[in-house]
Amino acid sequence: MSAMIDRPPALLLAFAPGRRGNGTIDSETILSAEGLTRRFGGITAVEGYDLRLAQGDLVGLIGPNGAGKTTVFNMLSGVLRPSAGGVAVNGQDLTGRPAHRFARAGLARTFQNIRLFDDLNVFDNVMSGGHMRLGAGLWPTMLQLPRFWRAEAAIRERAAGVVELVGLGPHIGRRAGDLSYGDRRRVEIARALASDPQVLLLDEPAAGLNPSETAGLTALIRELVNRHGITVLLVEHDMRLVMALCHRIQVLNRGRFVAEGAPREIQSDPAVIEAYLGTRRTRAGAA
Amino acid sequence: MSKNVPDALALPQARPLAGGLRLAALVALLLAALWLASSVLSAYGATLAALVCLNVALAVSLQLTNGLTGMFSLGHPAFMMIGAYVAAVLGYPVARKSTMLSGLPEALAAWQAPFVVAVALGAVAAGVAAWLIGLVVLRLKGHYLAVATLGLIVIVQGLALNWQGITRGGSGLSGIPRKTDIWWCAGLMIAVLVIVWRLKFSSLGRAMMATREDQLAAECIGVRTARVKLVAFVLGAVMAGIVGALMAHLITVVTPRSYGITLAFNLVVMVVIGGTGSITGAVIAAVAITLMGEGLKPLEEGMGLYGLSQMMVALALVLVLRFRPQGLFGSGEPGWLIRFFRPELSR
Ligand SMILES: Nc1ncnc2c1ncn2[C@@H]1O[C@H](COP(=O)(O)OP(=O)(O)O)[C@@H](O)[C@H]1O
Ligand SMILES: [Mg+2]
Repeated sequence: MSAMIDRPPALLLAFAPGRRGNGTIDSETILSAEGLTRRFGGITAVEGYDLRLAQGDLVGLIGPNGAGKTTVFNMLSGVLRPSAGGVAVNGQDLTGRPAHRFARAGLARTFQNIRLFDDLNVFDNVMSGGHMRLGAGLWPTMLQLPRFWRAEAAIRERAAGVVELVGLGPHIGRRAGDLSYGDRRRVEIARALASDPQVLLLDEPAAGLNPSETAGLTALIRELVNRHGITVLLVEHDMRLVMALCHRIQVLNRGRFVAEGAPREIQSDPAVIEAYLGTRRTRAGAA
Repeated sequence: MSKNVPDALALPQARPLAGGLRLAALVALLLAALWLASSVLSAYGATLAALVCLNVALAVSLQLTNGLTGMFSLGHPAFMMIGAYVAAVLGYPVARKSTMLSGLPEALAAWQAPFVVAVALGAVAAGVAAWLIGLVVLRLKGHYLAVATLGLIVIVQGLALNWQGITRGGSGLSGIPRKTDIWWCAGLMIAVLVIVWRLKFSSLGRAMMATREDQLAAECIGVRTARVKLVAFVLGAVMAGIVGALMAHLITVVTPRSYGITLAFNLVVMVVIGGTGSITGAVIAAVAITLMGEGLKPLEEGMGLYGLSQMMVALALVLVLRFRPQGLFGSGEPGWLIRFFRPELSR
């Protein structure tokens, strides 16, 4: 309760169901953000970012380097506390809460600069994603109670399923730090999926992948959304991938919205073209 | 499941009996060997074997904190001291309490705690101290824990030195009943080994290692890293507290200088030489360093080369850091050991 009280009143209003002017947060909304702003010292990295993701959405977040996309991800996942604005996952206002609360509420993410548990093998990396929902506590573990064995079996089963889904089977015994770049990206996605998320944030998942790996990734994202009902927010510089996959696209430049809409509209939007021409981006510089 | 999935992904049985039976068999074998040895060993040999067991327990319990969870605690000697003093004071014979421990409250002075109770309360005291420190320090990034635990050693030593009425100050507590024997020490060692091994090969252990490898990524998959670190730290401290309590009742003396910074250094060296996170490595390093220290004693005393064993420990550390920086076993365990105890993990 105290969590509710020490929050600014404006946010309480913004996220209290049924009290907003333009519609309440319906049960369909899985991830919503309102007025997210983040300042680093003097500079404003992100200002007034809004988002509303419904179940099954696949939304792209694009913009030139330094536009603030990763900062948005960090705020949406609880890694960074916003300077202003709020985030709600599954209707729970989690603004200012630690990242593990976001994960528990159903949000998982990957990192632009991959962050694996390098010294663990692939399967342990993936299984670690199952700890939050399935892991046994201290006493059942130390005493190896039946609950411990059931938990371990459930975690292995879930991890095995995810490993198969992302096609990491041949690598499960290898040390994560020794894998190729593309495989490391897949391990990170697998680890995120093992936490059984409803919404998945992918930060430049195709960066550094070769064309066949990119094709595999595209198919995987499509399968996650269409077959498994996972909601995806995607930051990506590969425009072909973004345009082919996303239902809706948000364009950010210097921390502010430039445009938002269907891929077709975005491609022909003069403001978007200007944002990209203004800071010409090279594929190599993107990663 | 499709056929390109390796065997290891085949679903495990719910409760692998084989591992448990093998563990029981091994423990029985170990105890039988110990029983045989105890009838052969001299009193000195038995005490040395007990010390080896306690040092193994110390190194492996530190492996939980520093190795698996990636913290840098130097606090084991402080927790041992807390365990030792609490247990010794509580377990002192009533007749001696009244003459020697003038500062003790009435109720405690008139009561000699049974050995097990004294040890348990020593462990609880060590755990509470660790919990309080952990609450404050573990949320900070960097080497605050090393500094704080180093400070704790100094504080506990200062308390022991100055709290005359209860600790008898610099002269320490002597004439503690010799309640500990090789069985207690071997029992504790086995318990610590089993608990740390079980944790390492569990979801909680993976959460600990995830915290060690990348705390932010661990948080983002829902690991409550602050809590995981606190659990590992407190559990390690409790184990150290029990070792301290047993050691006081083995050597029958505890003074403010019994467990200090040198011991903290030696324990960290055992963890580093064995390999950060490797239980097997910690066991081997603890046995080797303890036996070396004892083996060099005649040389130190006979030829006046005091400090020789300490120099050898430092030399061993330098050599390992130079030629095998990951330690003898890296962070893993030998494959045959995993196959033996957790056959379902490796097929
Ligand atoms: N931790 C930080 N401290 C200071 N400035 C930061 C930090 N993180 C990001 N920034 C700044 O915020 C801006 C947006 O960065 P980022 O979100 O990484 O952009 P993008 O992911 O779109 O390339 C950049 O100007 C960057 O320098
Ligand atoms: Mg970025």
